[in-house]
Amino acid sequence: MTPNLYLWLIPVLLLAGATINGFFGKRFSRQTVSAIALGFSGAAFLRALWIAVEFSSLTLPHTEVLAPWIRAGDFRVDFAFYLDPLSLVMLLVVTGVGFLIHIYSIGYIWEEDGFYRFFAYLNLFMFFMLTLVLAGNYLQMFIGWEGVGLASYLLIGFWFTKDSAASAGKKAFIVNRIGDFGFLIALFLMIKHFGSLNFEPVFRIVSGMPGEVAGAGLLTSIGLLLMVGAAGKSAQIPLYVWLPDAMEGPTPVSALIHAATMVTAGVYMVARSHVIFDRAPQALMVVAIVGTLTALFAATIGVCQTDIKKVLAYSTVSQLGYMFMACGVAAYSAGVFHLMTHAFFKGLLFLGAGSVIHSVGGEQDMRKMGGLRHYIPWTFWTMTIATFTIAGFPPLAAFFSKDAILWATFSSPYGSWVYWAIGVFTAFLTSFYMFRLWFLTFFGEYRGEAVAGHGDQHLQVVGGSRAGASAPHEHGHGGIHESPMIMVVPLVILAVLSICGGWVGMERFDKFLAPALHSGATADSSKQTIPAPEQKEQGGTEELLTGISVLAAASGLFLAWLFYLRRPQLPEEIAHALGGFYEAVVHKYYVDEIYAAIFVKPLINASTRILWQGIDRDVIDATLDNSAEGAREVSDTMRHMQSGNLRSYAGWIAAGAAAVIVYMVWTGTR
Amino acid sequence: MVPLSYYLILSGILFACGVTGFLIKRNIITIFMSIELMLNGVNLSFVAFAAQWHALSGQVFVFFVMVVAAAESAVGLAIIIAVYRTRGTLDVDRVNLLKL
Repeated sequence: MTPNLYLWLIPVLLLAGATINGFFGKRFSRQTVSAIALGFSGAAFLRALWIAVEFSSLTLPHTEVLAPWIRAGDFRVDFAFYLDPLSLVMLLVVTGVGFLIHIYSIGYIWEEDGFYRFFAYLNLFMFFMLTLVLAGNYLQMFIGWEGVGLASYLLIGFWFTKDSAASAGKKAFIVNRIGDFGFLIALFLMIKHFGSLNFEPVFRIVSGMPGEVAGAGLLTSIGLLLMVGAAGKSAQIPLYVWLPDAMEGPTPVSALIHAATMVTAGVYMVARSHVIFDRAPQALMVVAIVGTLTALFAATIGVCQTDIKKVLAYSTVSQLGYMFMACGVAAYSAGVFHLMTHAFFKGLLFLGAGSVIHSVGGEQDMRKMGGLRHYIPWTFWTMTIATFTIAGFPPLAAFFSKDAILWATFSSPYGSWVYWAIGVFTAFLTSFYMFRLWFLTFFGEYRGEAVAGHGDQHLQVVGGSRAGASAPHEHGHGGIHESPMIMVVPLVILAVLSICGGWVGMERFDKFLAPALHSGATADSSKQTIPAPEQKEQGGTEELLTGISVLAAASGLFLAWLFYLRRPQLPEEIAHALGGFYEAVVHKYYVDEIYAAIFVKPLINASTRILWQGIDRDVIDATLDNSAEGAREVSDTMRHMQSGNLRSYAGWIAAGAAAVIVYMVWTGTR
Repeated sequence: MVPLSYYLILSGILFACGVTGFLIKRNIITIFMSIELMLNGVNLSFVAFAAQWHALSGQVFVFFVMVVAAAESAVGLAIIIAVYRTRGTLDVDRVNLLKL
């Protein structure tokens, strides 16, 4: 009998914060609103830490059933919370990074209207995200899944008066719906064939099923449908298009939702459902291919972006691709490991980018930055750490996690050297575009219009004209300036985590996650972690591969230095030489345009012509209008009977009586 | 003995007179009197039948009709007085506030 951990308390704390700020925040001062938001998210984080401390004494998996929810015949869903190493990792990442970003947001969003609204949404997001990771069954997970989508929509459209922000929110929501559809169908299949949605029974049933090595069957279908859901939420091909647009939201939102936590929900879901994927090699292969392609595809787009946040957005898509690549070769723990380190360094990168944007008065175009390292040293140093981390330099966090993934793609029975090669090339691209960002932003001469010292007026104008795209702030008067302490502290903490986050090491992490990720896999021996003797044998290969990936990172650094610091005219020449291909990359391979032409425009046209003008206007409206018109016409005739003239009433009575008499005489009634 | 048909014809003439007056007259008092005329036309046919068939029920019916007519004239005259006081006229065509 394990102790009751009151797991429900963690999400509910944040729901309380969201409710209080959402309903009464308007009347509170900013200090009160921040105290409430921080208090509840901090309490949740402390509770998560406490659970982590107690964790070793629990029997796993730890399930807490709160109340029955749905009962229909044999089918039954409860409000249940589920804790195992996997959800513990997610719990700590979500509450920890979430709490830091809450702190940062106070500084970032201080001057904005709707301060309370922002924190209410942020807490609401955390509530749904925690529901998602702590859910004890797929349906509750789906609630969290939908809820984070809602919170994401609300926060992307935080500056809803701006048209682009509003439509970006809409786009994110609609694209996610496509993925959710797949997820839902997978749930229906589970209900039909397994009769349950609770993790334990489902995994128990699936564990007893043979692997679908030869042909695609039920498990493969469920796996693929789950992957559709994951692709929507985690921005994988072909549903990644919403994530770059989601950068319209405030930067802390991009950091929390669109880098650290929500977009990793798909990875979490695939890892959680590993029992299903382990028995569906075809589905697993699709996951790996989608992940690999996304990683490469997004990285190439990232190379040509000029908006600092867009670079990071494509980088996120690319890193998520890595995580799926890991899941796709059944190295779930490597994927989750990268998820964790990614939450640290990508959160840091976004917060750093926010700090940069904040300091230059809302400018997001890297071509108008440069030389900022002298003005914003804290941001510069933390960003430097993050950049080196994401590029994969040892001994920083992402070196370990990315290396674990690349090694897994090479050595796993599901892997192949193709994945590895593309992975390494992507690592090179990652290093290149991240150092490009780093050099463009922090080195060289400042290329913006507002120069420190005498750009006061202009900064104000820039801040104002972008109408909230930036945070117009009162201390914007001093030109380029460092962000306030409240924003710097989270940066430093995340920088420390980005450095140390990987030191736990892949093997220990894998062992920690083993109860969650290998428990149901006994039927499939190939799924077991690579046996120790084999590992020794391949030790030389592993070191070689690690060396190659570090070399790739270093060459990325060198090339970026060459292109953007040493010989700035070189990129243009190369772009010129590449011609059409370069154009295509700059326009993100025209994916948005293609989607617009294939899906969006026909849908809008069909909706306009058939649904609106055809059905709504000509059938539904027409029916109502015409029946109303008919009733009006009939009564128009009838009302002449009710003339108000007494003698005409008398006439009607007499005529009626006469008619009755005539009738009686006619029919011979007595 | 006067044949039954004579009574019935007289009753019909009285009723027709009542209906005609009810329809064509404008003065409320006259209309009111026309109604009384119709009632009495009916009463006549009742008593004629009662006498013819030696059945008392027809005469009892007439008493009821008279009672109702008395009550009706009390209420009706009160309404007519009220109408005259507020409208200053007894012309039904001008008592037309409810008209379209």
